[in-house]
Amino acid sequence: MINPKNLKLTGYRRADGRFGVRNHVIILPVDDISNAAAEGVASLIKGTMALPHAYGRLQFGEDLELTFRTLAGTGRNPNIAACIVIGIEPKWTERIVKEIRKTGKPVEGFSIERNGDLKTIEAASRKAKEFVQYATELQREPFPISKLVMSTKCGESDTTTGLSSCPTVGRVFERLTKVGATMIFGETSELTGGEDIIQSRCVNPKVLAGFNAMFEDYTKLIKSQGVDLLGSQPTEGNIRGGLTTIEEKAMGNIQKIGRCKVQSALEPAMEPKGKGLHFMDSSSAAAEMITLCAAGGSVVHYFPTGQGNVIGNPICPVIKLSGNPLTLETMSEHIDVDVTGILRMEMTLDQAADHALEVLQSTINGRLTAAEALRHDEFVLTKLYRSA
Amino acid sequence: MKHGLLLHETVDDVSVAVADLKKGATVGVMTLEGKKAGSIKLLDNVPLGHKVAMRALSKDKPVIKYGRPVGKAVKAISRGAWVHTHNVKTLRWTV
Repeated sequence: MINPKNLKLTGYRRADGRFGVRNHVIILPVDDISNAAAEGVASLIKGTMALPHAYGRLQFGEDLELTFRTLAGTGRNPNIAACIVIGIEPKWTERIVKEIRKTGKPVEGFSIERNGDLKTIEAASRKAKEFVQYATELQREPFPISKLVMSTKCGESDTTTGLSSCPTVGRVFERLTKVGATMIFGETSELTGGEDIIQSRCVNPKVLAGFNAMFEDYTKLIKSQGVDLLGSQPTEGNIRGGLTTIEEKAMGNIQKIGRCKVQSALEPAMEPKGKGLHFMDSSSAAAEMITLCAAGGSVVHYFPTGQGNVIGNPICPVIKLSGNPLTLETMSEHIDVDVTGILRMEMTLDQAADHALEVLQSTINGRLTAAEALRHDEFVLTKLYRSA
Repeated sequence: MKHGLLLHETVDDVSVAVADLKKGATVGVMTLEGKKAGSIKLLDNVPLGHKVAMRALSKDKPVIKYGRPVGKAVKAISRGAWVHTHNVKTLRWTV
């Protein structure tokens, strides 16, 4: 049985003491207006990656705060060596730059008003080239598992996720808890039918109150919008795979936290403080959820899937686990950890966890996941409500 | 593979098909711990990942999986029948 303490992990030590397992230089647009300039820089300078997105204008209140937190958190993530931020105007651009700068990593902002795309692209590209040459000199060094911050979310679930891939992650997370790693899970709506289990795992009344407030908020939203969720929760894919009710889906999903306790209830895109497993209020939509976890500092992600979710993330490597033989047969290029042996009773849960830890180690050390290799770079902001 | 159905908890009302199963077949049931849990004659074709009733379930009875209710039968279900959205609905909301 593999003890995670014995894994040999290497990563990039960042100025704030956190370790990244990738070494990206990103061009981050503050708003949708700046996507073209960001992509312009990325196409000129080798080794940079633009993260275009659809929002950033006329947002207000909590929705705007979340967008800022997500963009800044993305830049702050330890997998990022350096970051160029481009916005239409200087004030919001500088706000995000300031947050990222707190980590001590190289970051610079550029704004398009009074410059135009072309001058902006030129100035930002000169800086990006410097950043790339800085980043490509950085070397990996060994780091202890207790410094690992990772996340999990499952998608395209079916009954096999509850039987095999989710319990595998749960078993790994139990072992990771013992060695002081930090883990994030979420998907508030997916807990419906099993929320009492999460409640029983909260380590103190404050965490419980935090979780309850988040869960009740979601329940209120569902009731206010009209209730027939069948078809969207469980989804058509879940139903095709055999999941019948949200409660059944929730019970399967909850297997991925094993017997771990919940240390805190995080707002979306918040960085967890302290070791162990943390709950993050988050959408169950895969790309949104992983984007939020990455903004919270997750450097690698376990993604159990039944029917075959193909999502990835540009800055956080997504490891796919599946126990569905049909998925392994027809979509094998998307799966990193095959746990179909559990269904055949040829593999115990501990053996599956060992296999998942081996893949975690090699992924951390640089091996591209299927999603990375297949260019699945989904970067999706969570919106709380309409813009003004 | 001697089994065709997996059971999470021995008290569960439903087990999960680990392969496409045929109507009329008698299929072995195993628990996740590797214990034999009898066998069932199937009344329907049951695709991989779908559920089979371990016992007769009356209308409105809560259906137990993972040792707890995960829905309710909306019509009477016979032992060996395919269990899914046509005969089980959520307990959560009125649908």
